[in-house]
Amino acid sequence: MSVTVSITLNGESVSAAVEPSTLLVELIREHFRLTGTHVGCDTSQCGACVVHVNGCSVKSCTLLAVQVEGADISTIESLAKNGRLHPMQQAFKTHHGLQCGFCTPGVIMSALDLIANNPDPSEMEIRNWLEGNLCRCTGYNNIVRAISAGAQAMRS
Amino acid sequence: MHQFVYQRPGSLPEAVEQSMQAREGLFLAGGMTLIPTMKLRLTAPSNLIDLTDLVELKGIRQEDNAIIVGATTIHAQVASTPEVRDLLPALAALAESIGDPQVRNRGTIGGSIANADPAADYPAAVVGLGAIVKTNMRTIAGDDFFTGLFETALDPNELIVAVSFPIPQRAAYMKFPNPASRYAIVGVMVSQGDDGVRVAVTGAGPNVFRVPEMEQALADNFAPEVLEEIMVSSNELNEDLHASADYRAHLIKVMVKRAVVAAS
Repeated sequence: MSVTVSITLNGESVSAAVEPSTLLVELIREHFRLTGTHVGCDTSQCGACVVHVNGCSVKSCTLLAVQVEGADISTIESLAKNGRLHPMQQAFKTHHGLQCGFCTPGVIMSALDLIANNPDPSEMEIRNWLEGNLCRCTGYNNIVRAISAGAQAMRS
Repeated sequence: MHQFVYQRPGSLPEAVEQSMQAREGLFLAGGMTLIPTMKLRLTAPSNLIDLTDLVELKGIRQEDNAIIVGATTIHAQVASTPEVRDLLPALAALAESIGDPQVRNRGTIGGSIANADPAADYPAAVVGLGAIVKTNMRTIAGDDFFTGLFETALDPNELIVAVSFPIPQRAAYMKFPNPASRYAIVGVMVSQGDDGVRVAVTGAGPNVFRVPEMEQALADNFAPEVLEEIMVSSNELNEDLHASADYRAHLIKVMVKRAVVAAS
């Protein structure tokens, strides 16, 4: 029995007819074809699905689309403008903060939530914040360096 | 997950009415436990009644010598609100230790204690701080709230409105977390307040429990040494691949000592 969900998605007003059981990540990926957000574990652990809802990072595999009716959703696709990378994305490129890239959109969206409330985080604060983001490739050290550099670039 | 009807009441009476009308309805707060459980098909409610819009369940306030936390307050807010950090830092620290930042942006205190996971953190706070649970029907003392594995004293269609935490003289929460899930293998809330010393343990048994022998010893002398001679029985404690019952019994003593030091 489908319902209509209306949201602001990356600045644009959109709506879709979905089943109540449709997850937010399914709405983003399958209805709106924004496939930068990934499904990794599907059990709220890995963070590949992290997006922003009303400015706060959440795990979109663990939300229903209907729960975010009327909300402001931002995905990884909202960062680059006119082909120019966001400073955080550029930092990940410069500091080799990714290898396969599967966890990366979730890591970046998670990091941007940290920076929004804590513009100059310490290394420990970054590492603790990444509790909900798992990476199988990098061993995290370059991710932490990239976030630190990205935060610095965003401050200037 | 199985299909269901999604409802979003605008008021507490409407929420209760919808619950009573539903064949097998469940209340939805943050969904950090309920959505994963439904994805695994471990539960299949006919109706999900979303409590997000209920103003009666929102907010944190100080009233007399207590901090009152609305049922749909997210963990991130309990962790960061100045009144909690200043007056009941053990509660703020506990909230900050739950899950991860994204889980803390959605998970709620009401959802946590209504679900009553044996390894959840909040039950240790409710019992360890002598809190009172206010529902739409009555008040329930924290000591009476958790009745078994995933079991509470709540009636069907009864929902939590707020939890009132008396402000203690001193308190601390110490958790030995599962390294992956960050759930408590053993989590201990120790407090000293107007009604004496409380030691509440989560993660170790089917539900949170107090340790009267330790409470009495600490009431005489609030120092870790007094716990040295106390033996914790591993009978009835949880045993799984993360920790044996014996190890949990050992961890209880270690965590209580650390909590006493932290609270002093």
